[in-house]
Amino acid sequence: MAAEPLTTEGAEASPAHSDHSEPFTLRIRRYDPESGDAPYWVEHTIELEPHRSVLEGILQAKGRFDGSIGIRCSCKAAICGSCGVRINGQPGLACHTHLDKAKRTSKDGVIEIEPMGNMPVIKDLIVDMDAVHWKKVQRVTPWLINKEPIPEREYIVDRESMVDVTQTMACIQCGACVSDCLAMEVDPLFIGPAALAKSYRFVGDPRDAQQYERLKDLAEDPHGIYDCTHCFKCIEACPKGVAPMNQIMRLRRRAGTDYHIVDRNNGERHEAAFVQLIKNYGLLWEAELLPRSYGGPSWFGKFHPAAGQELLSSLPVITKSVLRRKVTPMGALKPHKIPAEDLKQVKEIYETVEGRDQRLEFNLYISGTDENNDGPVSERVEATGDANAEDNA
Amino acid sequence: MKVAYWPGCVSRGFTPELHGSMAKIAPMLDIELVELDRACCSGAGVIAEHNQELADTLNARTFALAQQVEGADLMMNICSTCQGAQGECQERLDASAEYRGHVNETLAKYNLEYRAGLANKNFLWVLVEEFGLDNLRERVQRPLTNLKVGPFYGCYIVRPTDRLGIDDENPRDTYLGLVIEALGGTVIDYAGSHKCCGFPIITMNKEASLKQAGRHLGDAVDADADCLVTPCPLCHLNLDLQQPLAERTVGRELNMPVLHLPQLVGLALGVDPKDLGLSRHVVKPTAVVDWSTSVVAGVGAGDGAGW
Ligand code: SF4
Ligand code: SF4
Ligand code: FES
Repeated sequence: MAAEPLTTEGAEASPAHSDHSEPFTLRIRRYDPESGDAPYWVEHTIELEPHRSVLEGILQAKGRFDGSIGIRCSCKAAICGSCGVRINGQPGLACHTHLDKAKRTSKDGVIEIEPMGNMPVIKDLIVDMDAVHWKKVQRVTPWLINKEPIPEREYIVDRESMVDVTQTMACIQCGACVSDCLAMEVDPLFIGPAALAKSYRFVGDPRDAQQYERLKDLAEDPHGIYDCTHCFKCIEACPKGVAPMNQIMRLRRRAGTDYHIVDRNNGERHEAAFVQLIKNYGLLWEAELLPRSYGGPSWFGKFHPAAGQELLSSLPVITKSVLRRKVTPMGALKPHKIPAEDLKQVKEIYETVEGRDQRLEFNLYISGTDENNDGPVSERVEATGDANAEDNA
Repeated sequence: MKVAYWPGCVSRGFTPELHGSMAKIAPMLDIELVELDRACCSGAGVIAEHNQELADTLNARTFALAQQVEGADLMMNICSTCQGAQGECQERLDASAEYRGHVNETLAKYNLEYRAGLANKNFLWVLVEEFGLDNLRERVQRPLTNLKVGPFYGCYIVRPTDRLGIDDENPRDTYLGLVIEALGGTVIDYAGSHKCCGFPIITMNKEASLKQAGRHLGDAVDADADCLVTPCPLCHLNLDLQQPLAERTVGRELNMPVLHLPQLVGLALGVDPKDLGLSRHVVKPTAVVDWSTSVVAGVGAGDGAGW
């Protein structure tokens, strides 16, 4: 995608960073479960400079109109992670969202503030982080399990492997990603984005002694790494660029490709079948993907009991679609292929890339783009310890 | 305009009516499709999950093939998932000359090279940004009057916003609504429009997957939609093909037709529903064609005509 040109603020808009206070109306969701009353909305108009934060707006409303509004905050500087809320339906830090921007993204000019989702409300904008977020973080053993014997002095770790986990270390435990996770919305038992990102913090750390055990546990859990629907919500929500979904994909990569953990959720089998089908045919052959995902990548796999069961439970769907000629027998049973010459290229690319000693991973969070970096690329890549090199330990 | 056209796998496999309807309406919108039939699957995020460099190299190959199409203005896809999966690879390739050089080294053997900055747009974006809504309005032969359509985008085309170039100037996460309106239909606002259809975990956690599909379909039913429209064939699989199972999972009748974007456009352009493959869906789109008596008869007849 070409870079968007930088646009200047429209002339009719108020000058950027105005020092003059302006009125902003906040619509706050109030709810006190202990009162027995249903949730309700209140509107308060506050006056502040446009570049001040939504949190300051809430605090002014609390000070001027109603001291009983519940909001949690501490640092007011996007560090402590306590002020997570939903602003106009989007999760974020109240102290890190400007009033003018919040007004621009509102539906009707009124800034709508709600508590975060996927967690029970304690009061108004305060949710129970212990009940969901912290419980899930504890679930992944969020500490280093030392390799034995413990060295007399410090562990020596190469720079690359620490660079690899820095992104997950940026997490401030605000819960914004948990608030918006679409898998958790339908499966509250899903371990979720924040805890899994935290897990990669240790799985990616060469000093940890139980990477395999951690991965095995997360892969076998029916609500573990293979429960993420790849919806990008957590990436979009996170105010710190942690990109939890990317960390979950790295966990899968480690579990499946490095440790060959064949899990009971068909996660590894699905991935292996998909990757293999593209190598064989260049295009996805869906009729084969399903049985192979359940039964493993061989023709006999189709008679694996799990595959049989799955086909049976899909039967009404399949017969119906064949009846409607959605899937013509020919279309479904014959793989669609790309020309032989091209298929050969694809296979060679597979062999070249998969034949490398190390898997290369270009992480933009660490390396940045050419445009945002001064000096020659080679220097920069060296300076960041070449994040491409992933530790395969 | 001439485009290097990437139809994707699913549009030629499980949802052939998507590829077919696109081919039908392209000439009516002055779009010349040059199919990238030598390219391979975008990997749908799964190859990247397995090995990032592999996905980047395979897609760089596709981009290089697109750049070889003489006179093409851009590359166009008809699949949200391809848009997202290819966009993710492209972001990395465009970010660093060094990394791009490394990937191009693998392609050099085939005389292929990806040069940074290819424009790869979903049909939805092409429709709004290249063809234009005014133009579209002018071509409408049979306005979708009284048809209440719920947009369903698919995750890969709405998130992450910065990679997809969604901003105040290009509010791409609102385009489906704009297109529905331009075609004369009514946009239905419901909770699930920008959520996940559940397809990526259908083989891993079937219940959660079907709950997602069922919930969004149910929300659309409650919001009184006649049908949904989606630019993503994978969403179509979970929302249409799996709908009978989703109904069972959420314990309610849904009966919500789901149209591919080119089908909805084609209806308004006056194409016969049968020629758009509307009879091939699992959920019969009877509600969709009720609005015009002239087309009801053609739907569901299934006389074997078509591509
Ligand atoms: S990408 Fe996965 S972890 Fe992140 S919000 Fe979506 S389902 Fe949850
Ligand atoms: S990953 Fe990001 S959004 Fe999630 S808790 Fe950490 S800082 Fe907050
Ligand atoms: S108050 Fe600390 S992050 Fe907002």
